[in-house]
Amino acid sequence: MNSKLIQIAIENSDTIVQMWLEKIDSLKVDKFSSSTSDELFENTNREFVNVIFTSIKQQGSLIEVVAFSEKIITLGWPLSYITDGLQMFRRVTIDFILSNSDQVDTSFFSELLTSVDRWVEPIIHQLINEYTGSWEHILSIQRIALQELSAPLIPVTDGITIMPLIGTIDTERAKLIMENLLEGAIKHNSEVVLIDITGVPVVDTMVAHHIIQAAEAVRLIGATCILVGIRPEIAQTIVNLGIDLTNLPTKSSLKKGFTSALEITNRKIVDLKPKEDGIEEMIKSLQGE
Amino acid sequence: MSPHSCVKIRKEWDIVSARQLGREMAKKLGFSTVDQARIATAVSELARNIYLYAEEGQICFEVFETIERKGLRMGAFDTGPGITDISQVMQDGYTTSGGLGAGLPGVKRLMDEFDIQSEIGQGTQIKTVKWVR
Repeated sequence: MNSKLIQIAIENSDTIVQMWLEKIDSLKVDKFSSSTSDELFENTNREFVNVIFTSIKQQGSLIEVVAFSEKIITLGWPLSYITDGLQMFRRVTIDFILSNSDQVDTSFFSELLTSVDRWVEPIIHQLINEYTGSWEHILSIQRIALQELSAPLIPVTDGITIMPLIGTIDTERAKLIMENLLEGAIKHNSEVVLIDITGVPVVDTMVAHHIIQAAEAVRLIGATCILVGIRPEIAQTIVNLGIDLTNLPTKSSLKKGFTSALEITNRKIVDLKPKEDGIEEMIKSLQGE
Repeated sequence: MSPHSCVKIRKEWDIVSARQLGREMAKKLGFSTVDQARIATAVSELARNIYLYAEEGQICFEVFETIERKGLRMGAFDTGPGITDISQVMQDGYTTSGGLGAGLPGVKRLMDEFDIQSEIGQGTQIKTVKWVR
């Protein structure tokens, strides 16, 4: 029975493909941006339906399906294009076979449904697996990338280290910050550690708590921690929340924090050549022309 | 963005989406940068409370306007264990999780209006309002 149905489907593939192409065209309007050209859309549709028929002809071979799904993923088309497309194929094929059969009883009907399902299901399965696999892959790569960025420690000069924090701090990241801070402070032999929170969007009690803890731990290993980059609105919310930061030296900008870090380590920045001379020389040389 | 929208809090990252929605709505309503930061911080505190103590709940935002003024109403609703002694959690420095204990009293100071109702075993409802000045 199944093979007979396959026979019918393959013999009438041209008609089925035509019916399917007409239906799938309706997807373009609401699912795709105008940047997808009609030509690409039509070509892909033809390839899609060919892939389905190849799979049916080869009794469920999925080699072509894998290649096709890779192409669709690269194009960045929605998963619904594939699922809707296959649903339409199922409906069109069933409609076609039913309308071209003389005797339609319940057993024929149920066998037809089972057969068509058997053709379409493995393809849907394969495509969805490919799709979600690619998403999971991207997600895990991004998670690693994010983790690499989450708590960088930069030794700027002898004894001074900076940790710039950008973005949301969650519990996992807070843990990383603490570990990297302590490890780095010891490794680089830091006397002063600057934590820069310019890029932290919100400082709530949890974030403040973690920063206070990290600073306290830094103090325990014999270094000083300075919190820098407190924006005015953050300062106000910290006051509103009633967070006590009196034990933690703070500065508005990284520049000011760095200056006081130099003071703590008994150093200062000196210009080797006074600036005024340079400007006067430039004016003189211009006048000479 | 509808004038009434909710964010479900189940994972730690849901706190971030609640906060972003709150900030976005505050921005559209014309709150100052400081008030935007206040609202975002309050959302963060309430959402974190849900995540830490109730495990599941939601944060809802509603824009509302009267003739004289407009504001943002923010509610935190959960079906968690509830709070035994509300006056205790409203004290600065009281904590059961080893935190700073500034969350709820902090939210009260960050927002203009604050109302908390809790029933043991039923859950907690916190309703707050911030007026545009």
